[in-house]
Amino acid sequence: MLVNSMNFTNGEELLRLCEKNNKTIYEVCIEREMEISGKSKEEILNRMRESLEIMKNAIKKSLTEDIKSVGGLIGGEAKKIRNRLASERPVCGYLMSKAISAAMGVLEVNASMGLIVAAPTAGSCGILPGAIITVGEEYGLSDEDMLNAIFTGSAIGIIITRNATVAGAEGGCQAETGAAAAMAAAGVVEMMGGTPRQAIHAAATTLKNIMGLICDPIAGLVEAPCQKRNAIGVANALISAEMALAGVESIVPFDEVVEAMYKVGKTLPMELRETALGGVAATCTGCNLTKKIFG
Amino acid sequence: MKNYSVFDVVGPNMIGPSSSHTAGAARLGRMAAKIAGDNVKKVRFLLHGSFAETYKGHGTDKALVGGILGFSPEDDRIKNSFEIANEKGVEFEFIPIDLGDDKHPNTVKIVMNTEDGRTVEVMGASIGGGNIKVTEINGLEIEFTGAYPTLIVKQWDVPGAAAHITNCVAKNNINIAFMSIYREEKGNEAFTIIEADDHIDGNVIEDIKSNNKFIQDAFIIEGF
Repeated sequence: MLVNSMNFTNGEELLRLCEKNNKTIYEVCIEREMEISGKSKEEILNRMRESLEIMKNAIKKSLTEDIKSVGGLIGGEAKKIRNRLASERPVCGYLMSKAISAAMGVLEVNASMGLIVAAPTAGSCGILPGAIITVGEEYGLSDEDMLNAIFTGSAIGIIITRNATVAGAEGGCQAETGAAAAMAAAGVVEMMGGTPRQAIHAAATTLKNIMGLICDPIAGLVEAPCQKRNAIGVANALISAEMALAGVESIVPFDEVVEAMYKVGKTLPMELRETALGGVAATCTGCNLTKKIFG
Repeated sequence: MKNYSVFDVVGPNMIGPSSSHTAGAARLGRMAAKIAGDNVKKVRFLLHGSFAETYKGHGTDKALVGGILGFSPEDDRIKNSFEIANEKGVEFEFIPIDLGDDKHPNTVKIVMNTEDGRTVEVMGASIGGGNIKVTEINGLEIEFTGAYPTLIVKQWDVPGAAAHITNCVAKNNINIAFMSIYREEKGNEAFTIIEADDHIDGNVIEDIKSNNKFIQDAFIIEGF
């Protein structure tokens, strides 16, 4: 490892790098990427800019086009929430309802064979754009700010991938949408002017809030309950970001939460890890839908 | 332990709904077509395990056909790949099958008939996150992932063939990261697979093919 390396293997090291060098998480993350890839900052930013564009387009597509998923279980939900937002009093408030609609919309695009960015997986692809683009738009932040927030989230995702898992088949939904939400929470915190320490606490709180959630997709498809789990994921991210920005810290440090999440994932029986043999997938309705889709 | 890139975590950019069942399937189809020489006229997909169970709901079928047509995982033509294949006169068929307990649950055997009358078989698996591995070519067990620029040489199993290949590789200044030679039986058809760190210049193919006593075919797999 280089003497002045920006590489990190856990949250503690990441925080130390930020504080020692007086840098944000996204700055450390971008410099680390330059180190390990040998690419210039501009190349890395441009590549991520493409991803941000894909995310924005997916949200737009879900609100402007008629979408039906391949399995036929979802489509049109994002629009319904957005329509209610325009005409009624949103129970969750404007920003939260908009974020929920965006996260669900990206999932619809994914389930109908549209273009998305896996973040960190395809099944959880609505959460990061739902949180970061909605907050960015609502508070008039720039594309540059949103881009930086994605890098902040990436740092969190790298740590969870390295020290635990982000695969539903391995760790359940808590690992998959949990990781996405933790990434989103940290990104929102830095985007809203929070410190690296606050961002990492937001990620820890997010993972704790969703710990133990199983992966039980109906018919094994990335449709239901995945879409609604993306909605709860974006809400979880925003709630945790709000806490962290207010100075509320996670009592258990991030790295220990990641370890706990991984242990819980490994303890989950096979039926509850993306096999469609447990949870809502194994209900009467779930089984009937499976027969209907696959014959 | 691997140093994950930000693009391992935020990415791949892909047509949904599943990185393993859609993006990985598109890559496998594209890889198979490339190995066959990109002139597939007719293709049969033998689907194993989870691929056999859920290929319709995940668009695995459309992704595989899209791959055969040369579409990458983020190409939105994948959604209409059946229609595009029909227009181009490429025939395709899906057959759920049991390829054996030792195979990865997301395995497909792709049997292709080419314009010039050859039959090429490629078997591979989608191993998660859109990543793939090729496990068989024409019934011969091999293994590579396409994650590195890869040079594939089809040769005769005769003395001097490997030396000829490595000489050409050295002459073209290619640093070998991994290299394997596979064969069924002595004196028969064999494959050399070389994975390199950096871009492989196309000149090496001419050099390798210049000796037809040893070599049947050579091509480069890059950008997967």
